[in-house]
Amino acid sequence: MSTDLFRIPPELASPLEDIDRAHPVAFRFDGKRLRGRAGDTLASALLANGVHLVGRGIKYHRPRGIVAAGAEEPNALVQVGQGTRGEPNLKATQVALFDNLSAAPVNVWPSLKFDALAANELLSPLMVAGFYYKTFKEGPASWWDRVYEPLIRRAAGWGKAPPGPDPDTYEHTHAHCDVLVIGAGPAGLSAAKAAAESGARVMVLEDDARPGGHLLARPRRVDGRPGHQWAAETAAALAAHPEVRLLTRTTALGVYATAHVTAVERLTDHLGPGAPGPRQRLWHIRAGRIVLASGAHERPLVFADNDRPGIMLAGAVGTYVHRYGVLPGRRAVILTNNDSAYETALALLDGGGSVVAVLDTRREPSGPLVEAVRARGVPIRAGYGITGTTGRGRVKRVWISPLAEDLSPRIAETTLDCDLVAVSGGFSPVVHLWSQGQGKLAWDDRQACFVPDPARPAVEPISVAGAANGCFELAEILAQGANAGAEAARAAGFTAKATTPPGVEAPPATPPAPIWLVPSDKPPGEGVGKHFVDLQNDTTAADIALAAREGMTSVELMKRYTLAGFGTDQGKTGNINALAILAHELGKPIPEVGTTTFRPPYTPLTFGAMAGRQVGALFAPERVTPMHDRHRARGAVFEDVGPWKRARYYPEGGEDMDAAVARECRAARQAVAVLDASTLGKIEVEGPDAAAFLDRVYTNTLSTLGVGRIRYGLMLNDDGRLMDDGTVTRLGEDRYLLTTTTGGAATVMDWLEELHQTEWPELDLHLTSVTDRWAVAQVAGPKARDLLAELAPDMDLSAQALPFMRFVEGTVAGLPARVFRISFTGELSFEVAVPWSVGGALWDALFKAGGKHGLTPFGTEAMHVLRAEKGFIIVGQETDGSVTPLDLGLDWALGKKKGDYIGRRSLARADLARDDRKHLVGLLTEDPGEVLEEGAQLVDDPDQAPPMTMVGHVTSSYMSPTLERSIALALVARGRQRMGQTVHAPLADGRVVKATIVDPVFYDKEGKRRDG
Amino acid sequence: MLRISCPWCGPRDETEFGYGGQAHLKRPDNPEALDDAAWAEFLFLRDNPEGPFVERWVHSHGCRRWFNAVRDTKTDRVIATYRPDETPPEAAKMVLKGQEGGR
Repeated sequence: MSTDLFRIPPELASPLEDIDRAHPVAFRFDGKRLRGRAGDTLASALLANGVHLVGRGIKYHRPRGIVAAGAEEPNALVQVGQGTRGEPNLKATQVALFDNLSAAPVNVWPSLKFDALAANELLSPLMVAGFYYKTFKEGPASWWDRVYEPLIRRAAGWGKAPPGPDPDTYEHTHAHCDVLVIGAGPAGLSAAKAAAESGARVMVLEDDARPGGHLLARPRRVDGRPGHQWAAETAAALAAHPEVRLLTRTTALGVYATAHVTAVERLTDHLGPGAPGPRQRLWHIRAGRIVLASGAHERPLVFADNDRPGIMLAGAVGTYVHRYGVLPGRRAVILTNNDSAYETALALLDGGGSVVAVLDTRREPSGPLVEAVRARGVPIRAGYGITGTTGRGRVKRVWISPLAEDLSPRIAETTLDCDLVAVSGGFSPVVHLWSQGQGKLAWDDRQACFVPDPARPAVEPISVAGAANGCFELAEILAQGANAGAEAARAAGFTAKATTPPGVEAPPATPPAPIWLVPSDKPPGEGVGKHFVDLQNDTTAADIALAAREGMTSVELMKRYTLAGFGTDQGKTGNINALAILAHELGKPIPEVGTTTFRPPYTPLTFGAMAGRQVGALFAPERVTPMHDRHRARGAVFEDVGPWKRARYYPEGGEDMDAAVARECRAARQAVAVLDASTLGKIEVEGPDAAAFLDRVYTNTLSTLGVGRIRYGLMLNDDGRLMDDGTVTRLGEDRYLLTTTTGGAATVMDWLEELHQTEWPELDLHLTSVTDRWAVAQVAGPKARDLLAELAPDMDLSAQALPFMRFVEGTVAGLPARVFRISFTGELSFEVAVPWSVGGALWDALFKAGGKHGLTPFGTEAMHVLRAEKGFIIVGQETDGSVTPLDLGLDWALGKKKGDYIGRRSLARADLARDDRKHLVGLLTEDPGEVLEEGAQLVDDPDQAPPMTMVGHVTSSYMSPTLERSIALALVARGRQRMGQTVHAPLADGRVVKATIVDPVFYDKEGKRRDG
Repeated sequence: MLRISCPWCGPRDETEFGYGGQAHLKRPDNPEALDDAAWAEFLFLRDNPEGPFVERWVHSHGCRRWFNAVRDTKTDRVIATYRPDETPPEAAKMVLKGQEGGR
């Protein structure tokens, strides 16, 4: 096991160091065993071991190293963990190190050191911007499937998706606060403190494991103490405040309408796999006001071959030195256009490294930081740039040259040997969430960055403070934070006092001198060097220039043409350089080119966090009846009907579905069978105006229905289409019970509520869903009465006492029961409803007594066959939202002598009154063994050339065990006038099935069987 | 996700609500008296303004009651909500007046 050779010796360690040197942590990268320290990130541990090469570029497969120290990292994507816990494309800079962590590079084949696709670089003249569009349209069409796509799929993409379901759990939490502070750097802490002091409820989200922001990685003093200590104390005081919730390792992902903010909290990722509790938590936060204190990201400079491992952001180098005690290199060259990189030079020197030179693109750098570096004997070359680099797997030499006044190409003057290049091109405020909240940006010429435009505020209640607001002076950052926090609290209705911001010691933050492309010996695209703008997508300055020449003049088009700004980092480091280069190519000022759209999420998140607990059995609620266990015990096969699990059939002794259904149908026709009908929707309507209400919503007249009687009713939409059907029972003078289809129960309930509340609030009634108040057994068959009589000795169930479509209350099997004479099978049938909780007892009692009668349970499939034999429709099967009762031949159910009802006027519209509409008919195939496919189209002339004239379609089709032949229901144009005629069903397999149009009632047309 | 203030329950997340289209439409007293065009106008045609719009919402996963809201379709922000039996607030009155004028 190699040790961390690049760890700074303890005696030189920065006072900011935040690792536990006494606690080594073993981990693996790319199969190699390495050791880091507690508190490391994977990136800092790799750098401590001298590992810079961590991946390959997506297009040219050039070696790539760690660039940044946070969410903006473009290169260091790794696959962490294995098997179903493997997670692809994590940024090594954000992975907390834990014991036995195992990580692997992505996008390398066959290995990191030798990558076969590195040969892509030889093809680079072909792989310019838009090369997919240009290259792969050549050749025969079949090349796409056989050649191009497999090639691209092999070459493209980064990590591998896990092979199975995620074993970890995730959860969602909702929270509300008056003031939400995003970011706990100096601005955020200051804002949270001010808001909390007012008594407002405050939430603070910090992406890092520790609050403090740049105070954790730069030596500063705040309020007479080291800055990181001030941050720790302030955060501790906030965390202890009863109205403050401070979340670390929590990234704000998106801002949505009405101050809805989502954030992901990484609960156990830093502990390793299998830690107890949920792995991540997705927060849904509703804030009164939002203070955005998300800081800034450093920008690299664009120069030739600026992508080698060892070329890093200067600020990140400073962070690795101060916070993690790591020297990312021993001989550093610094390239900068601003003062901040000089702090990195000092940090490297203090940590025992050497700085070969500082190359400053400015002609006359000055100021305390510059002087401090000069005083340490470091050569400072003003007005210099890097024109090229070399080094396989790690930068080892840079070519440098003074910059021409007009930034024209320059031949290198000399070279510098080095193992690290620390680059700073200035800072870009992290404005993502401001922009998501519909705030606009303004270009700040002095700071050379886009900042939130106070003149064009966000639609969401967001204020911005600190570096996110383009403010880089520490004293001002603290003051802005305190102001923003106090103002937010005031806006939320609290009294916040003005506070004096604490005194600070910090170097001045001078603005950068923008330089968007450091010239080399030739213009981009003409020499061998590549000037990378977006490291993750291998977009170069030459690609952007080409895009501009080829007319992609909008920044959004340029993004899609060159891929700059795509990927897991969404161009956090590269975007501003990309659009500045585009602006230069177009000869336009930067603000005129503008930015691409900032969309959520701010950083990628795993699907598990999005799904939360809604996976597996909890993905969608499942409803079961009280008889469900009994069905399972009998081996029932279930089907989903709406949210319900319904028994479809009960196979016995190895039966297939057809055999089971045939047996169940025969039992219902010849003896007695029982269906669990508990899932049918049930609604009670109660009140003096119940009858009047139902007359308006059903096509039938229900006010004339006698107490204890039942009527079949149709409910239409306003446009006259059949919406639902069911029975209406008058339980009492002012009380009705409606049944609905299983799937339509909620829709009907909502529809009735809507009509009552919004159209006729003056009607005095209540609607109550009683679906899961009553369990229902539908007992059907010639012996149904014999069976029930045995179970209900006190009830007179004779045809005289309880005729068809009547209802009675009594006791069945010792249970309080409602018994309805309703038949959906055509047989003598009773629907027995008992309280839901004793549904199982009813079922058991039926079977206890039913054996001698041959009682057989039947499922929904047999029910479908039995009702089709009788020509009864099923809403949603015979209807599709375009079908009217007239189409179905249900004119008899339309009340002629009543007032208006929903849908009535529409039935008289010209289109619905057309005489060539499709009618419900029966079909008998010429071959009685042929069961038509449901949905099969029907034509008159099977020899017609396509497109054929279709005259209708099959809606239901079964093998009828009763008739011992196939039957079908269909909707056929003018069908009722075409009885006895032939139609044809051309099938997908080329056969044409001939069928005769018949009456839709196939069995017991006279209805003799329903009384037993 | 919008935050909508139910006139009975107070502010709740949009996911608790259902949408019901344009508010204050009057169901014709005698549909039979309308010709097909007039009936189709009631059935199918709705205003579609850019800006404030008076519409119906239902608190489906709460009190299950219907109410009216003024929502700006341009910014997707709810300006006001009120019960069906309340006098519409000024924001709603202005929209309703504009709609009458437009017809």
